Amino acid sequence: MPKKDDRKLLILTPAPHIKMQQDTRKIMWMVVLSLLPPIIAAVYFFGLYSLALIVVCTITAVGSEWLFLKARKKDTSAAFDGSAVITGIILALVLPPRLPLWMGAVGAAFGIIFGKQVFGGLGQNIFNPALLGRAFLMAAFPVALTTWVKPFYWTYPPDAITTATPLALAKFSHQITPYAKLFWGNTGGSLGETSAFAILIGGFFLIYKKIIDWALSFSYIGTVFVLGGILWLINPQKYPDPLFHLLAGGLLLGGFYMITDMVASPLTRKGRVVYGIIAGILVIVIRIWGGYPEGVMFSILIANAIRPWIDRIFVPRRFGTGRFIGGMR
Amino acid sequence: MAILRGFKGGVHPPYMKLTADKPIRKAGIPEVLYVPLQQHAGAPATPLVKRGDKVLAGQKIGEINGFISANIHAPTSGKVKNILDHPHPVAGRSTPAVMIEVDGEDSWVELRERGDYLNTAPSEVVEIVREAGIVGMGGAAFPTHVKLSPPADKPIEFVIINGAECEPYLTADDRLMREYAEEIADGSYLVLRAVNARRGFVGIEDNKPEAIKEIRRAFKKFPQFEVVELPTKYPQGSEKHLIKAIIGREVPSGGLPMDVGVVVQNVGTARAIYQAVRFGRPLIERVTTLTGDAVAGPGNYMVRIGTPFRFLIEESGGFKEDPAKVINGGPMMGIAQYSLDVPVIKGTSGIVVFSAKNVILTQEGPCIRCGRCLDVCPMFLMPTTMAKLIKAGRFDDARKIGLFDCIECGSCSYVCPSNIPLVQYFKYGKAELRLRRQR
Repeated sequence: MPKKDDRKLLILTPAPHIKMQQDTRKIMWMVVLSLLPPIIAAVYFFGLYSLALIVVCTITAVGSEWLFLKARKKDTSAAFDGSAVITGIILALVLPPRLPLWMGAVGAAFGIIFGKQVFGGLGQNIFNPALLGRAFLMAAFPVALTTWVKPFYWTYPPDAITTATPLALAKFSHQITPYAKLFWGNTGGSLGETSAFAILIGGFFLIYKKIIDWALSFSYIGTVFVLGGILWLINPQKYPDPLFHLLAGGLLLGGFYMITDMVASPLTRKGRVVYGIIAGILVIVIRIWGGYPEGVMFSILIANAIRPWIDRIFVPRRFGTGRFIGGMR
Repeated sequence: MAILRGFKGGVHPPYMKLTADKPIRKAGIPEVLYVPLQQHAGAPATPLVKRGDKVLAGQKIGEINGFISANIHAPTSGKVKNILDHPHPVAGRSTPAVMIEVDGEDSWVELRERGDYLNTAPSEVVEIVREAGIVGMGGAAFPTHVKLSPPADKPIEFVIINGAECEPYLTADDRLMREYAEEIADGSYLVLRAVNARRGFVGIEDNKPEAIKEIRRAFKKFPQFEVVELPTKYPQGSEKHLIKAIIGREVPSGGLPMDVGVVVQNVGTARAIYQAVRFGRPLIERVTTLTGDAVAGPGNYMVRIGTPFRFLIEESGGFKEDPAKVINGGPMMGIAQYSLDVPVIKGTSGIVVFSAKNVILTQEGPCIRCGRCLDVCPMFLMPTTMAKLIKAGRFDDARKIGLFDCIECGSCSYVCPSNIPLVQYFKYGKAELRLRRQR
């Protein structure tokens, strides 16, 4: 056997010398993968234009991140770490299906620049960039952002393609959309929110891969379910039932893909559960007593804002401090 | 009463116990040994020999210097060639070492054997241990006589013998337990008596069934001891987590095991105590695991202290691949070496040699606040928050949220998807705070 060369310089790095094989980019691309079912559902119900909107938002998100990094003379490869792709896709999924493409682009650029990069880029932002982009669009183009079309709208005459969302129908006309339609996604609504089925596939994939904390999704969605249920029990004529709260609107999409955004949610499990409960309460408050039919976006943005406060309160009990067990035997 | 098992946090790295089935082999003795005067926590020993002196195996060549320190003995017979600065596997630089030119005779000083060694008086056991230069052999190398001399206000109830060996790749303790279970049992009993404890436990991770079997058999004669099978999880071998898993007590922050009435000793240390008490043999050799994909002869070797890594590697068959990284200890907590001239010391539980394909070079990315470091931290700290404070130079704020509680197990760095060298920041932060305190 030839003598191996051991006079080369040895590599000195600090311990640990082994690493778990899952890095940030892998996590981000896994999230992108998990978004495929809602994307497919969007294209199925709302046509190829959905795909155009998704692509435009995504390219704008990545592009504006790249430009911003370039302008600030930072490492531009960060634009391709997958996180901007997620922002672009998620933004598109919370937009009305026929929104003009340029509006989507404006929202994506706003979300990336003012929601993420001005804070210092990945990991530094307070708010979920996609939702901030949507909130901006909502303020800038209120009509376009509340114009909804029927699924398979191309099969209707051009003057009959618009519709209201199930939540608006319930809130303003006391019409309850059938559960089957809500579950499969055959209703009006933003691109990615209508199909509970598609969202659940992606959401469970993320939970299975331990990329999102099931406890956070559960506390958020569960709070809406429980509070909605209490109101419904008090007055079933006036308030929609809890299952309707769960399936209609953006609760599931928000509960699996947005409130779970690691960057904007608390660090500890307990903190995340409380965060989910607070956001869940906000959903019900806005849906029932607020001016808007839907409260998911605002509930998450407000929760984002109070997240630092939750992180200060919910710190883990350090080993060997506080009420630790004095022992046994 | 139910046994509390396991602890919260920790990680499951690939265990890679590739050498578990390789019986302990006696390594040869090189022509020159380098015996550092500091192989333990505390003050370095004072040299008792000078250039040109003849020494015998087992002869004391370094005198304990203060309470927290340890004696150093000549690992074999020969001549003191020099006392010089030599690369040290833990210090990361050269430190004073006794260079011994080996004569090949391996002739020993006269050793005092004890017939009824199990009934040696506790105070005498402590004295023998101190004289024999025994230190913790799990890696931290804390002088054992100190652990065996708790102050009067800290009564010891329990002794825990640490056979967890949670570091991936290492199998030295596993082999020791399989092959020297009787000696470990006798040594453990001597520890129990020395600290006047009521009960004893041996904690072994359940990925070592053979060791558990042998240890159970050997400890049958000591009903005070119970062998506890622990779920395999890193860092189960940490003193604090071993105590938590077996007795359910948490060592208070800033405290020691004796604060909760416990003394923990590694299985290798227990055997060394047996050897010292029964045969009067000082600590001059240890079992170390040579492993990793770059060595041709991986295995478990009984090595004389002071043997350069290079000698052990070459004697066992040399390199299979070009070595890229050499680690003293295991891959989770071990220290990368800059030279193959570093010697095996009392705390060298393993030598892991990786080729380039096993060396992970990463670039630190931004924290995405995923919270995984908090989930795995066995001390329930907030690693990402502490690292951010240290990066910002806010060392005192990091201290306030538990920097000094960190046991540097590396679980946080291991899981961090952004490759943030969290433990490295904590070591730096601690060092910085210690420096400031000195000023």
